[in-house]
Amino acid sequence: MSLTDILTILLLSAGALFFFAGTVGLLRFPDVYTRLHALTKADNLGLGLLLAGLALQAESWTVVARLLLIWLLMLLASSSVAHLVVRTAHRRGIKLWKR
Amino acid sequence: MEALTLLSWGFDVTLGGTLMWLAWRTLASEDLFKGIVLFIAFGLLMALAWVRLDAPDIALAEAAIGAGLTGALLLAALAKLESGSKESQPLQESTITKAMVNKSDKQILFRLLLVILLSVFVAGLVYVVLSLPLQTIGLSETVAENLDASGVSNPVTAVLLNFRAYDTLLELAVLLLALLGIWSLRSPSERNESASGKVLDMLTRLLVPLLILVSGYLLWVGGHAPGGAFQAGSVLAAAGVLLLLTGWRPGVRFAGLALRFALVMGLAVFVIVAVVMVLLGGRLLEFPLSFAGNFILLIEAAATLSIGITLAALFFGTRPKPAQSSASREESGAQER
Repeated sequence: MSLTDILTILLLSAGALFFFAGTVGLLRFPDVYTRLHALTKADNLGLGLLLAGLALQAESWTVVARLLLIWLLMLLASSSVAHLVVRTAHRRGIKLWKR
Repeated sequence: MEALTLLSWGFDVTLGGTLMWLAWRTLASEDLFKGIVLFIAFGLLMALAWVRLDAPDIALAEAAIGAGLTGALLLAALAKLESGSKESQPLQESTITKAMVNKSDKQILFRLLLVILLSVFVAGLVYVVLSLPLQTIGLSETVAENLDASGVSNPVTAVLLNFRAYDTLLELAVLLLALLGIWSLRSPSERNESASGKVLDMLTRLLVPLLILVSGYLLWVGGHAPGGAFQAGSVLAAAGVLLLLTGWRPGVRFAGLALRFALVMGLAVFVIVAVVMVLLGGRLLEFPLSFAGNFILLIEAAATLSIGITLAALFFGTRPKPAQSSASREESGAQER
């Protein structure tokens, strides 16, 4: 097993961990705002780590470029959509959670 | 290697189980909005299942049309249902209570009948699956042998636009008919969108050019790799849906004849190519070998535009208001009555 393979495994595992954390947050946090906060942030970073791990295994630069493009699009879409959902929730008068 | 096969087997079982569960939840959920969201999740996982079955063409179509656009259409329909039901709620309640009275005795019989029918259906399905030969190659060898004659190197495109071009031609016609049905059911009206906000505007501005580019890429790549008119068209339609959501409307100049022309173009080009071939002495939908690739690209390009615009128009739900003419004034008069 080469160094690249080990790095890939580390990156993929770290990515999976972030996805797991995001999902736990989605299920366990008390209101829509905190849930989306957990999901969006953790998944954005998790996907970045996953794609970085995959990019190390890529055969050509065009594949790396495509993976990067996927990540950028995902960042754009997920943060915008999170904003839209939260804004709608706020307008409908869903209260912020307080301890 | 052993562990890897076990892992992929475990993945497939989980995927299949989740699909069944999602399908059940989609059908059983009382809340329509929840049902639609579950349906979209079902479509995305279904696309994953197609990828596992080595069918990237269908996976693309499922993700773009099945999950994406159908989801958007269902949500648009739900929004209309909700705005409609606010006005007619008392009526609905009275019909529901009437139905409840008649239900109690008929209900058991009805359910029994349903269970029997479903059991017969499941038994038939099981019989069919069991009677299938274990190893089958179907028509894939025949397609592979004749691939050179089709003008493209992607077998899926070869089947869809050459060997079985009838199917695709009729699909385009069905899509157009669906739009005509919707247009004739609802009179043109302005949809009131709430202000979309800066973030959605920004996102749309960035995404729409990219979506058009991806659509063109999918169209072009369809000749030799997974892609094609329906996938490209649905990506184009996604751009249209985004634009419509931000409050963009086609200018009055384009909403009439130009729009109609764009809608029928895909079908028209297909039919014209077919008829010209007949007139030149060939058979219907038979492409000469030297032009087959170009004909397919021409048909697919026209079909992509038409599919994209038709799907976006389906999302819009009504005819866009045409420029003032005697016909439209009559209609608005009828609406007032």
